[in-house]
Amino acid sequence: MGILQEEITRRSVIAGAGGLVLSFSLNRAFAQEPLPAMPPAPPETLPGSLDDERFLDSWIRIDPDNSVTVFTGKAELGQGIRTALLQVAAEELEVDPAEIRLITADTGRTPNEGFTAGSQSMQNSGTAIRNAAAQVRALLLAEAARRFGMAATELRAENKAVLAKDGRRATYGELVSGQMLHVEAQPQSALKPPGTFRVIGKTLPRVDIPGKVTGQPAYVHDLRLEGMLHARVVRPPSPAARLTEVDASAAEALPGVVAVVRDGDFLAVVASKEFQAVNAMRALAANARWQEGETLPDQTDLAAELQRLESEVGTVAEAGMLSSDGKIFEATFSRPYQIHGSIGPSCAVAQMKADGTLDVWSHTQGVFPDRAAIAEMLAMPEDKVHVIHMEGSGCYGHNGADDAAADAALIASKLPGKPIRVQWMREQEHSWEPYGPAMLMKISAALDDQGRIASWAYDLWSNTHSTRPGGAGALLAARHKAEAFQPKPAKLNISPSGNGDRNADPLYVIPNKRVLWHFLADMPLRVSALRALGAYANVFAIESTIDELALIAEADPVEFRLRHMEDPRARAVIELAAQRFGWDNAQMPRNRGRGFGFARYKNLAAYLAVAMEVDVEPETGRVHVIRAVSAIDSGEIVNPDGIRNQTEGGILQSISWTLYEAVAFDRTRITSTDWSSYPILRFASVPQSVEVHIVERPGEPFLGTGEAAQGPAAAAVANAIRDATGKRLYDLPFTRDRIRNAVGRA
Amino acid sequence: MVSLTVNGSPHQIDADPATPLLYVLREELALNGAKYGCGLGQCGSCTVVVDGEAVLSCMVPIMLLEGREITTIEGLGTIDEPGPLQQAFIELQAAQCGYCIPGMMMSAHALLRRNARPSEEEIREALTTNLCRCGTHMRILAAIRRAGELMQAASLPAADQGRAG
Repeated sequence: MGILQEEITRRSVIAGAGGLVLSFSLNRAFAQEPLPAMPPAPPETLPGSLDDERFLDSWIRIDPDNSVTVFTGKAELGQGIRTALLQVAAEELEVDPAEIRLITADTGRTPNEGFTAGSQSMQNSGTAIRNAAAQVRALLLAEAARRFGMAATELRAENKAVLAKDGRRATYGELVSGQMLHVEAQPQSALKPPGTFRVIGKTLPRVDIPGKVTGQPAYVHDLRLEGMLHARVVRPPSPAARLTEVDASAAEALPGVVAVVRDGDFLAVVASKEFQAVNAMRALAANARWQEGETLPDQTDLAAELQRLESEVGTVAEAGMLSSDGKIFEATFSRPYQIHGSIGPSCAVAQMKADGTLDVWSHTQGVFPDRAAIAEMLAMPEDKVHVIHMEGSGCYGHNGADDAAADAALIASKLPGKPIRVQWMREQEHSWEPYGPAMLMKISAALDDQGRIASWAYDLWSNTHSTRPGGAGALLAARHKAEAFQPKPAKLNISPSGNGDRNADPLYVIPNKRVLWHFLADMPLRVSALRALGAYANVFAIESTIDELALIAEADPVEFRLRHMEDPRARAVIELAAQRFGWDNAQMPRNRGRGFGFARYKNLAAYLAVAMEVDVEPETGRVHVIRAVSAIDSGEIVNPDGIRNQTEGGILQSISWTLYEAVAFDRTRITSTDWSSYPILRFASVPQSVEVHIVERPGEPFLGTGEAAQGPAAAAVANAIRDATGKRLYDLPFTRDRIRNAVGRA
Repeated sequence: MVSLTVNGSPHQIDADPATPLLYVLREELALNGAKYGCGLGQCGSCTVVVDGEAVLSCMVPIMLLEGREITTIEGLGTIDEPGPLQQAFIELQAAQCGYCIPGMMMSAHALLRRNARPSEEEIREALTTNLCRCGTHMRILAAIRRAGELMQAASLPAADQGRAG
C-alpha cells in the first residue's frame, strides 16, 4: 500500500456545498508526524509538466457518466505518443486504455506543454499524467472510504470503480463531484510498483494505426469543413526575393478562383476546388516578377563559409589541461544542410469566425507558441486565436507546419467566414522548410602510451538549431507580408541538453578536454530543429575519432569504448549491442566491414549503441548496410514495441541522411526542390535486418526514445565503411562519388 | 461529366477531365487513403490500383480512367472488417506517421494480386517508387510478407481479396 493512501486516511476531508475541498500534505507522511504551522512556502516542484499546470483536473476529468478524459499538451507526430500516454494513464487510474478519451494539444482545452520535441514527451507529459492519475486514484479511494466508512486500505480501484471487500462498489463517476479534482497536485504520488503493472511495459497496439490503414480521416490534410476553400501560396523563387510586380488577371480568370491575395511579398490564390487552386497558383507564379539576390554561401567551400560566419565562441566543456603529448589524431568533419523531408507537405486549415475569433488546425509541434506567433502576426489578442493540433505527416522536427498554419491564418484573415485550407506543394516544402544546419567539427585528440585518451580538443561551427516560434518573425508569412516581422536574432546559449553543441562533450572519461561552440549568428539558409539537433553530427565526429584512436591504440573498437566508459548503463548497452551483433575480430569478406556507434542522447537521456555490417562496391561507390543491431536503455519501458518502432525508424532515417542527403543550392536559389534533386533511402537499399534490443529498467525515470539513434547510427555507418575500405570519410553524406574518390585514391 | 468506377461503385464526376485522379478521390469522393506527397510521381503516397496495376493517382487525369476499375485502400476493407493487407499492417504495427502507408499497401496489393508468394526482391522491386521518411521499411516489408500468408491461409486466390480489385 502506498504512502499516499495511508496518508489520505489521516487527512482532513471537508465536505463543501459544491463538492469536496481537500487539503493534505504528503511531506507529513515522510516526517511521520504533523509539522507545526508554517507560513506559506514557495510552491514545491511537481513531477514533469505538472510543475507548470498544477491542478489535477487540467490533466484528468471524470464525468458523472463515468467517462474518463485525459489531457496532454503534447501532440501525436507519428511517434506513438498517444498510445504510450494512454497506457500510463490507464495503469495508474486502473482503467482499460480503450475506456479513456485522450485530448491532445489544443489551446482551448489542454495544458500548455510547449513543443512536442526533444524526445521529452514521456519525461514531461508521461510523468505528469502518471502522477496525476495516481493522485486522482488516491482521491477516489479516499472519497469511497469516506462514503463507505472504512479505511482506504480496505478498498481497491478497478475498472473505473472502487470496490470494497464487502462487495460494495462505487463508480468513479459516482464518486467525483463538483471541484473534487480541482486541487493542486502533490510532489509525491503513490505510483503503482512495477511488479503490479497491467498496461505499462506491455506492447499495446498503436491506437491510430487501424484508422490510418483503412482510410479513416487521420490528418489535418483530411479535414473537410463546410464551405471550405482551397488556397495555394506562390512562394518567392529564392530566400531573399522581393515581389516587384504581379499581374493577377490570368489567375483570376481561371475557373473556380475566388480571390488572389497579396500582402507585400506574400502572394496566394484561393479557389473552390483544390486542383483549381493549383492551376491558379501556377498561372499567378508565371505572371509574378521578383527581384532576387545572391545571398547564399558558396556550397563548394562550405567549411570556409561556416568559419567566416563565426560571431562568438562558447565553452561547452572544459577539464584539465590540453596536451599534445603522445600519439595525435586530428581531423575535420562536416555535415551539410539537410531537410526534414516530410512525405506529406505541410497543411493547415484556418477560419476567421463572425465573432472575431480565429480557429487554426495545424500539425504544429507547439499549439501555444504557434498561437502566440499567429496572434502577433495578425495583431490579434492571443485569446482570440485557437490553435488545434491535428496530425500531419511525420515531421522529425521543425518543418513547414507552423508556416502553413500562418499562411492559412493570414489568408483566412482576409476572407472572413470561409474555412481556408492551405497545402504546400512538394517544391515548397523542400525549398522553404527550415533545414537542419550545416556543421563543421574539428578534433585534435592525443593518446597516451597506455592506450588511453589523454587530451581532447573539439571545435564545432554551427548556427542555432532552433528558430521555432518565438514570435511572428519565425513565420514565413509574417516575414513576407507588407508589415513585415523580422526573425529574432539568434543567441548563443550553452545548456545541459545542448543545441548545436548537443552531445559535443563526449561521455567517455577523458581527463583533459576542451569543447568549444563557434557560434554563427547569421543564417544565410533558414535553419531550425531537425531530429537530434547537433547530436547527429557531433556523435558522428566523436565516434569516428574514437575508432581512429582505437586503431592507433591497436584496440578493438568496442573494448576501447568500454576502456573509457564508467557509466554502467552506457556499458550495458555497448555490451548488449556487441553481444547480439556477434562482435568479433574475424576476417570479413573483401569490401565488407563492421562498425560501432554509441551515445547517451544529450548526455542525460537515452543510451543507445548500434553495430552495423556494410558492403561497399568500390566500382560504383554504393554502400549497402546489410544489418544493424542496436541496444537502447530509455528508462522505464511503457510500450516496448513503440520503442522498437521509433528506434528502427531512427536508424533507417540516419542511414538515409548519412549516405544520401545534402541540400543543394547556388548563390541565389535552393536547387534541391524534389525527391530527384534530394534523394533519400529507397527500398532497394534497405538493410536485410534491423534489430532493437531494449534494456529493462523498471522503476527508473522515462528517458525518451525518439532521437537517440540518429548520431550512433551515422557513426556506425562511417566506421563500418572505414573497416571495409581502410578509408575514413569525414564529410557527410557518403555519396557514391565521395566513396569512389576515397577508395580510388589508395 | 466523367464516369469513374471506384471500389466497385460508379460515380459521375463533375470536374475538369484533366484533373488528376488524386484530387477527385480526395475532394469529390471524400476518400482519405490516397495522399498528396509530391504531385510529380516521385514518392508513391498517392498510389492506387487501376485494373490491377499500381498507378500514381497524382499523375493520371480522370479522362483516361473511364471504364476502368479503380481500387483505393478503402476498397480493401474497413476498420471493423479489415482485409488481409490491412490486418497484416495492423498486426505488424507497420506505421509510424502512416502518411505513406496507404500508397505502400496499394503497391503491395497490385503485387500480391498477381503473385501471392513474392520473393523479398520482388516485394522491394514493387515498392521502388514508394518513399517512407519515418524509416518503417522493415515493418512494411514484414507486413507485406504476412499479408501474402494471410491471403494463402484464407485459401482464396489473392485476386479475390478485398471488395474490388
